[in-house]
Amino acid sequence: MLRIQGLTAEVDGKQILKGIDLEVPTGEVHAIMGPNGSGKSTLSYVLAGRDGYVVTGGTATFNGVDLLALEPEARAAAGVFLAFQYPVELPGVGNANFLRTALNAVRRGRGESELDAMQFLKLARARMKELNMPEDMLKRGVNVGFSGGEKKRNEVLQMALLAPQLAILDETDSGLDIDALKIASDGVNALRGPNFSALVITHYQRLLTYIVPDRVHVLMGGRIVRSGGKELALELEASGYGAAQAA
Amino acid sequence: MAAVTETIETVQAATEGTYKWGFETDIEMDFAPKGLNEGIVRFISAKKNEPAWLLEWRLKAFAHWQTMTEPTWPSVHYPKIDFQDAFYYAAPKQGPKSLDEVDPELLKTYAKLGIPLKEQAFLAGVEGAGESAADARMPIAVDAVFDSVSVATSYKERLAKDGIIFCAISEAVHTHPELVQQYLGTVVPTGDNFYAALNSAVFTDGSFVYIPKGVRCPMELSTYFRINAKSTGQFERTLIIADEGSTVSYLEGCTAPMRDENQLHAAVVELVALDDASIKYSTVQNWYPGDAEGKGGIYNFVTKRAQCRGKRSKVSWTQVETGSAITWKYPSCVLLGEDSVGEFYSVAITNNYQQADTGTKMIHVGARTKSTIVSKGISAGHGQNTYRGLVRVAPTAKGARNFTQCDSLLIGDQCGAHTVPYIENRCLTAKLEHEATTSRIAEDQLFYCRQRGLTQEEAVGMIVNGFCREVLKELPMEFAVEAQKLLQISLEGSVG
Amino acid sequence: MSAIAPGGAEGFLHRHEGLKDHLPGANLPWLVALRADAAASFRAQGLPTRRVEAWHYTDLRPLAQAGFDAPLSAVDAAVALPAARAEQRVVFVDGRHRADLSSFAAASIGHWLPELQGRIAAPAEPMAALNSMFFEDGLFLTIAEGQDAGTLELLHVVQAADRPAAVHPRHIIRLEKGARLALLETSIGPTDKRYLHNPVWQVEVAEGASFTHVRLQQEGAQGFQLSTVYASVAAGGTYDNFTLNSGGRLVRNEIHATLSGPGATCHMNGAQLLGDGQHADTTTFLDHAAPDCASRQTYKTVLKGKSRGVFQGKILVRQAAQRTDGYQMNQALLLSSDAEMDSKPQLEIYADDVKCSHGATVGELDADQLFYLRARGIPEAEARTMLVRAFLEAALEGVENPILHTALEGAIEAWWVRHT
Repeated sequence: MLRIQGLTAEVDGKQILKGIDLEVPTGEVHAIMGPNGSGKSTLSYVLAGRDGYVVTGGTATFNGVDLLALEPEARAAAGVFLAFQYPVELPGVGNANFLRTALNAVRRGRGESELDAMQFLKLARARMKELNMPEDMLKRGVNVGFSGGEKKRNEVLQMALLAPQLAILDETDSGLDIDALKIASDGVNALRGPNFSALVITHYQRLLTYIVPDRVHVLMGGRIVRSGGKELALELEASGYGAAQAA
Repeated sequence: MAAVTETIETVQAATEGTYKWGFETDIEMDFAPKGLNEGIVRFISAKKNEPAWLLEWRLKAFAHWQTMTEPTWPSVHYPKIDFQDAFYYAAPKQGPKSLDEVDPELLKTYAKLGIPLKEQAFLAGVEGAGESAADARMPIAVDAVFDSVSVATSYKERLAKDGIIFCAISEAVHTHPELVQQYLGTVVPTGDNFYAALNSAVFTDGSFVYIPKGVRCPMELSTYFRINAKSTGQFERTLIIADEGSTVSYLEGCTAPMRDENQLHAAVVELVALDDASIKYSTVQNWYPGDAEGKGGIYNFVTKRAQCRGKRSKVSWTQVETGSAITWKYPSCVLLGEDSVGEFYSVAITNNYQQADTGTKMIHVGARTKSTIVSKGISAGHGQNTYRGLVRVAPTAKGARNFTQCDSLLIGDQCGAHTVPYIENRCLTAKLEHEATTSRIAEDQLFYCRQRGLTQEEAVGMIVNGFCREVLKELPMEFAVEAQKLLQISLEGSVG
Repeated sequence: MSAIAPGGAEGFLHRHEGLKDHLPGANLPWLVALRADAAASFRAQGLPTRRVEAWHYTDLRPLAQAGFDAPLSAVDAAVALPAARAEQRVVFVDGRHRADLSSFAAASIGHWLPELQGRIAAPAEPMAALNSMFFEDGLFLTIAEGQDAGTLELLHVVQAADRPAAVHPRHIIRLEKGARLALLETSIGPTDKRYLHNPVWQVEVAEGASFTHVRLQQEGAQGFQLSTVYASVAAGGTYDNFTLNSGGRLVRNEIHATLSGPGATCHMNGAQLLGDGQHADTTTFLDHAAPDCASRQTYKTVLKGKSRGVFQGKILVRQAAQRTDGYQMNQALLLSSDAEMDSKPQLEIYADDVKCSHGATVGELDADQLFYLRARGIPEAEARTMLVRAFLEAALEGVENPILHTALEGAIEAWWVRHT
């Protein structure tokens, strides 16, 4: 269970999150929608622990653990996965090496044994096949020279391998064509189950036809202004965010 | 430049590859005796009726100069200069009291250059162009320096309304001594380098600009320099001070007659930007480059430097260097104030036997200071073109950024293009990037243009203008048009 | 240069006077003359100071103050050697060939000296002149036409001595037409003694030949290494140089490569890994003297503690060198607020149909990259290691020979472990 209470945060001295209250029970998928500049990405970075995103008040716990007190890697080991809106390029770092190092770091954190190169490759190849990713992506530098769609698929591949308990998807749909969107959504849906929860951040309703949320929240001006069932997304699509706030 | 259109027309009408500004003007001149000694320095100071402190300042500079030797590190070659074989003071014999008294020959000279010294002349020029055009074109205030002396400054009264001082520096010494004394030599000290020391000892005139706090200068300010007299060195000195929150754009142009012997131009330009102030300094340098065999031409040995003293201050240098036999010039920025910004945009062309060694220094001292350097060098004929630049980041310049792009274009196989950047970083959080490329105009580019009906020279001109676009777009619009034409003319005869 | 401190240039010249009649080849008039000319040249230049443009960022005053003398080690002194990295190894101790410690019968300069008239070059650079004044020995190797000599190792060891020793080996390598050679050169020395290792390499690559030269500079913490490589590459030949500077107190790796025949290729790559108190300088001079040649340079510097890195790289394209393709990149990664990096890439171009570029960057680790790795669960220290390793990758990837690659990886790993 992700529990956020009264969370406020600033970036470069400017307050962006102005008191977020949100609960995502284990096993549920929640969507956060909102216009540009509403604080969606800030929320995801604050939860993942990025430098420069300064928490000024409130709490965020995951399964009772105080997330905000942990280093970014400890949050990952605790099962929190952020799919980046803009995946970072790492020239010189091979994708396979990166994935295996990350997977073993997370496995260590969970008290599981580390995978050797062969075990890892077997697992990675299987996941890549499911995601329709060419195998040479393992040999290339992380995200280097990847198209926008390839980068997003690489994020989904990492999520599939790391098998998080909480996935935060920051505008994973941006820059994806319909086929890639479907593959990415399948990746998320495959993880759904009683021990998996997700926070799907998106600007458009489109993604939510593939990843059907249990709840939808509207984030505007740094606050959750409205919450509802999956039908809320359709309503927003039809009437816009202005109406959401007025309601 | 005022009446730039006129200049352009002159240019357009001109014939193959010759220097358009090579006429000389027959005016009665007042010369100091040839040669350089303490007596000459005293003579110049006395001619200008200068206060004692300035004479002392000059004498100190002269004493220092005598201990110095000419720099040999630039990649330029020329016969040793005999500093005793030049005149250090030349002025029209009768100093004008007002424009009405200006020697008609002199007015004609500037008319030939397309620079109206009379404000009404400018206004008359645009009347016929219709009201909308008149609205669109801002007047430009001009300070004209003929040989060593400022002969006229226009729009003074209009500028004075905003508290802006724009006048000859020799005049400012008398009318605003406290400002001159406070700032003169604080950016480029008298002993900074050989030519700056020489200039400090013998400078005769130049422009002075002061923009008061919070004032956005309502028009472009411009100085037009012309060397006319024979065997004369020109040593002008420009000082621009932008007080807190002020903004100014300043243009500089230069020409000289065609002469067989080389003439020396050793100017000093000092810029000071205080908190939140912004100075844009644009130069189109078109001194006589010498003939196709490399005979004659100006030696342009210039020290230009800005201090961004204030927080968030900004200085932007843009230069288009098409003239001079030899150019030795590094407009620089010392970024002292936090968050201050320095920019250097340069196009340098060397054709025939021209040599240029030019670039910039960006000295980062304040936190989060930023600098951008874009240099485009074009070598043709037997020209030699060197970019020389320094980016230095002090440990105090936390979060400093520099981006440098140096591109060279070679036209023909007898010329040279050289790049010599110095990058010195002592700050962990600074980020510096430097890129340099050298290439030539590709055959397929030329062919493509020619297949579409352009002549070889038009095609080259078009490609060169494209190569320089990043720099030319930094120029005030009218100047940019003139600069483009100059590029094309400078390259005439370089292909085919 | 009149104001040279005693013990600097004066000291070297003084010791040259005392030693010259005892050096190998003292009975060969041509060599005596060569050494005398070198001494005169060194006397005229002195030890370079920062006022000399080529030494703008490296100050040799510490060298001047050290008062180096000739080494004292006996010719058969026992030496502890690290494990061999290649099957065939030739060992030099204090600048002298040690056949008893070598696993293959290489020729040495000292042995062949009477035959080498005209083969010993006398370059003008001050440190090379110093080498000409003092050299005793060095590797003398000719790979015959069409022969593939495989991978050799050259180990140079400076022995611990109580007074600061200076050794000046001269290595001469010639690859004849179509010959191939990969050479791993390792330099080591005592960790707590001051010494100078001043090797000069003369490399000649004939038509179509290929020489891969990997240099691991792992001198002791008080050691000075000032090395100069002169390489000339004929038509269709290739010279690959990779130099790793990870040891020493004051180090300079100077390479002069001339592409003298059409279609010649030169790769110069390297890494400088610096910690507290170290100063390392890589200075390259690439002379494109013939048409249709290509050169590639990638240098990476990682700086920790109070260290200083220098890169100077000049590409000269002569008028005849049409269709030159020249590329150079130098990048520095700062890991400490006390570190300093100076770089001066340079292009000097006299031909018009060329493609030449250089780039330089300086900065710290990228915060976005670090966060991305940590967000995937990789602990910060490990993430930093990955990023530093990745930073070096572009320079390393040119070394394809597995023995050489492994040696390089090992040296980098050892440095990183030592400094974290």
